[in-house]
Amino acid sequence: MYFMDLFIKKRIKAIQKGDQNAYADLVDLYKDKIYRLCYRMLGNRHEAEDAAQEAFIRAYIHIDTYNPEMKFSTWLYRIATNLTIDKLRKRKPDVYLDEEVGGTDGLTMQAQLPSREASPEEAVESLELQETVQRAIERLPEKYRSVIVLKYMEDLSLQEISEILGLPVGTVKTRLHRGREALRRQLGHL
Amino acid sequence: MECPKEIVLLMHSYFDGDLQPEGEQRLKEHLRSCAACAAHFHELKKTVAFLQYAAHVAAPPSFAAKVMEAMPKERKTARLRRFMHRHPLLTAASLFLALTLSSLASSWGERGAFSVSADEHVIIRDHTVIVPKGETVKGDIVVRNGSIRIEGTVDGDVTVIHGKKYMASAGQVTGEVEEINQVFEWIWYNIKEKFNRALQSIE
Repeated sequence: MYFMDLFIKKRIKAIQKGDQNAYADLVDLYKDKIYRLCYRMLGNRHEAEDAAQEAFIRAYIHIDTYNPEMKFSTWLYRIATNLTIDKLRKRKPDVYLDEEVGGTDGLTMQAQLPSREASPEEAVESLELQETVQRAIERLPEKYRSVIVLKYMEDLSLQEISEILGLPVGTVKTRLHRGREALRRQLGHL
Repeated sequence: MECPKEIVLLMHSYFDGDLQPEGEQRLKEHLRSCAACAAHFHELKKTVAFLQYAAHVAAPPSFAAKVMEAMPKERKTARLRRFMHRHPLLTAASLFLALTLSSLASSWGERGAFSVSADEHVIIRDHTVIVPKGETVKGDIVVRNGSIRIEGTVDGDVTVIHGKKYMASAGQVTGEVEEINQVFEWIWYNIKEKFNRALQSIE
């Protein structure tokens, strides 16, 4: 862990001195985490790739504002989380329309959740379960979605999540509770 | 059927990993006696397991290359500005050096009048300073825009700027002899002079 921190610190110093290639090492190190976060938040591989790429470029451009007292990964996560939340807010009208349709005839809902009526055995052994989980996450309001993704997909501590989101740990816990309950209603019966 | 709200809170504390032993005891006892809460707890456990099970997606293979390609190309001025921002002292020093050098270099270009720093014991003829045989000049001689012919003795350094030095075999200089005909030599000479003067003023 200590060795890793030192490696990252050295890379950042090199980047700040203008060595763009040093950044490639950091991209390599964190690309899966950041891409995964974006994918879980946005639910679409193409958008996730764009968002993750944008997050890395933003981090590079603003590297001078990075405070070394914070873990570099925390800082990256913060940039990526804010970016995906921004994107979610921008497309909110579409989602809202979808839900309206779904509420009136239930078709859209079912189309989005093809495995919802599948038997538990089928769902568990197939990729469908993953689909189902992802769709369930996507139906969470963004403030619950971000804490759930950071906690269960990225496997981060409550303390780290609170730093990434700039929220007190207590608030993170409340959101996690609500997020878990909302997901339980969708996934608990499987 | 109406269970205390506290039970659900205990469940979530369990998932947050901060359930105290007393709380754990209380939760266990309740779950044993209440089927509804036991089911609720079971569903939460399953939900969490599903979330953790969700495969770890990896970035597409070309991802890192694409990021590096999309990076803003650093303009040279941006790099310079960042460098100046980080090293103000070095920037000031190099700026000072550049200004000094350029002013010196231009002063090299303007060929001034003939001058010599010593006038005792020397003969001056046609832009040439002659130290005659048998004479001894005490101290340094600097000749600008002229030459020097040394037949006698100089008890010090001889410097010729824009000119030539001619030494008779018998001629003798106790210090250094320097001929400056190149702009770089000129600059170097000035730096040495200034440095020496600065040293002397410190001493």
